[in-house]
Amino acid sequence: MEIKAIGCEPLQLKRVHLENSHTLKVYQDNGGYKSLEKAMAMSRDVIIDEVKKSALRGRGGAGFPTGMKWSFVPKDSPKQKYIVCNADESEPGTFKDRYLMERDPHALIEGMLIAAFALDSQTCYIYTRGEYQYLIDIMDEAIEEARAANIVGKNILGSDFSCEVYTHTGAGAYICGEETALLSSLEGYRGHPRMKPPFPAVEGLYASPTVVNNVETLTAVPQIIEMGGEAWQKLGTEKSGGTKLWSVSGHVKKPGVYELPMGYAHMEKFIMEDCGGIRGNNKLKGVIPGGSSVYIMRSEDVIGKDVRMDYEGLVVAGSLVGSGGFIVVDETVNIVESTKNLSEFYKHESCGWCTPCREGTDWLVKIFNRIADGGGRPEDAQLILDICDNIEGKSFCALGDAAAWAIQGAIKRFPEDFMPYLQGRKTASIEPEAQKF
Amino acid sequence: MASVAPTEYTNQVLYTEEVASFTPEVLAEIDWHIAKYPPERKRSALIPLFLVVQRERGYLDNPGVNFLAKLLDLEVTDVWEVATFYSMINVRPVGKYHIQICKTLSCRIMGEPEITEHICNRLGIHAGETTSDGQFTVSLVECLGSCGTAPMLQVGFDYHEDLTVEKVDKLLDSLK
Repeated sequence: MEIKAIGCEPLQLKRVHLENSHTLKVYQDNGGYKSLEKAMAMSRDVIIDEVKKSALRGRGGAGFPTGMKWSFVPKDSPKQKYIVCNADESEPGTFKDRYLMERDPHALIEGMLIAAFALDSQTCYIYTRGEYQYLIDIMDEAIEEARAANIVGKNILGSDFSCEVYTHTGAGAYICGEETALLSSLEGYRGHPRMKPPFPAVEGLYASPTVVNNVETLTAVPQIIEMGGEAWQKLGTEKSGGTKLWSVSGHVKKPGVYELPMGYAHMEKFIMEDCGGIRGNNKLKGVIPGGSSVYIMRSEDVIGKDVRMDYEGLVVAGSLVGSGGFIVVDETVNIVESTKNLSEFYKHESCGWCTPCREGTDWLVKIFNRIADGGGRPEDAQLILDICDNIEGKSFCALGDAAAWAIQGAIKRFPEDFMPYLQGRKTASIEPEAQKF
Repeated sequence: MASVAPTEYTNQVLYTEEVASFTPEVLAEIDWHIAKYPPERKRSALIPLFLVVQRERGYLDNPGVNFLAKLLDLEVTDVWEVATFYSMINVRPVGKYHIQICKTLSCRIMGEPEITEHICNRLGIHAGETTSDGQFTVSLVECLGSCGTAPMLQVGFDYHEDLTVEKVDKLLDSLK
């Protein structure tokens, strides 16, 4: 697997290839915790301003401007404020945060401490998905190392700023990547999303002001403080600054985590050259560019087109940046089968809290199962789209929207794959016999 | 209460009064988890503690639940309610080695079906079952965040990536 920067100097990936990059010594030898020192000499408003100027947008999937999110935290609140890192990375096709935490855990700690300083918080939690237990061990070790060096804990670096950083583990629930569901889970409840407003910035963890940021968002913060918000923004585009990590999986020759400047202009070049092209010289069939929850793109919408890789560029091309998880599929994949697979994912991960999502995702799987077994009917296409329509925009949180988008995109854009199934035929299947168990 | 039948969901006799006990080392670990949260919010430790209890007892059994309810001042039903939400919390016994194969799209198209079939054939069980000697459980699970090194599986907490049938054979041999 490749881990490298293309079209820019590595920033997020600056240290990941160094030996013992997870240790405090290597981190500090390479400029680590200098940004924290710098930030602690700045005023809180100036730090938030720099983050605003950087045009950093949340890297978890929603792409909300980070500086604006921070500025929603009420300054005069007497309540304890919390910084929560969302390391529940579970969007299919996304695996970037894992490598940041594995190889550069101190960057995350530094990012959280700067956020905590700027927002006057004394407690940070890192909510990591339970399956990433080995990362929690790495983070715990890094936190202890930082504590021994007076970087975490009381009177950090001899100042009057004190802040604790704790790890917290989830236990297998995609929904806990949704920030309000994450907070429910962190409080020890089922991972059900909460009504917004009040937004977490006002009433989040324990009904106190809380900022929830993705790992990659927080590791960008030390870079922004180091080089200044404006310089960092200029690496990317006006509306989305800096660099971004893209996770690439599926049928490319060189899957991996790639750091690109925001607004990288050649999605075709990225897939066909930077990622080595399609395995076995097969033809590209489609790309899901932002984790499973976004519209799938046909090869014609990528090849020969100048698709710019940023929030606006991908919308123009008919999809979304999401979490930046590319799933590349070649001509051997039947889109009915791949969409059935994703519908099973959303059914399994729907938290059951609201009816449109709980019932809708269940029915979609039932219909996909019937179609895949040769029981398809011509009216099924409309039936599936109707169900998607009844989920999209009507579910309590964005999980329902995601489930609908993944399916709508496929059925609208790959009619040639659906047609034989809708006439009751059963075509070549990627489903194994093992799946019938 | 001994005559109460096991529930279909958990295979366990519910409503036992028995409370699990743990070694001082484990109790210290439990305290370490609870200390992360404000004293009046110790419920926050519930999910991390599920994983501790499960590791110690093999799965989250009723005495384990009773222990957590007492520890965190919760009703037993509160604890069950949360436990049954999370897919990593086993409310039924699982094998000594819990093999969790990722079945989501990237793994699926990169060869997961072949891996699953091979493992199931070798162990003589279907996905979702446990071998009769209690050694292995095979589960198909959703995305484990290892898509760039697909197909992959997890045994306990260990990731095994870029799998081939040969690699799987080696792995299974090493677990026997």
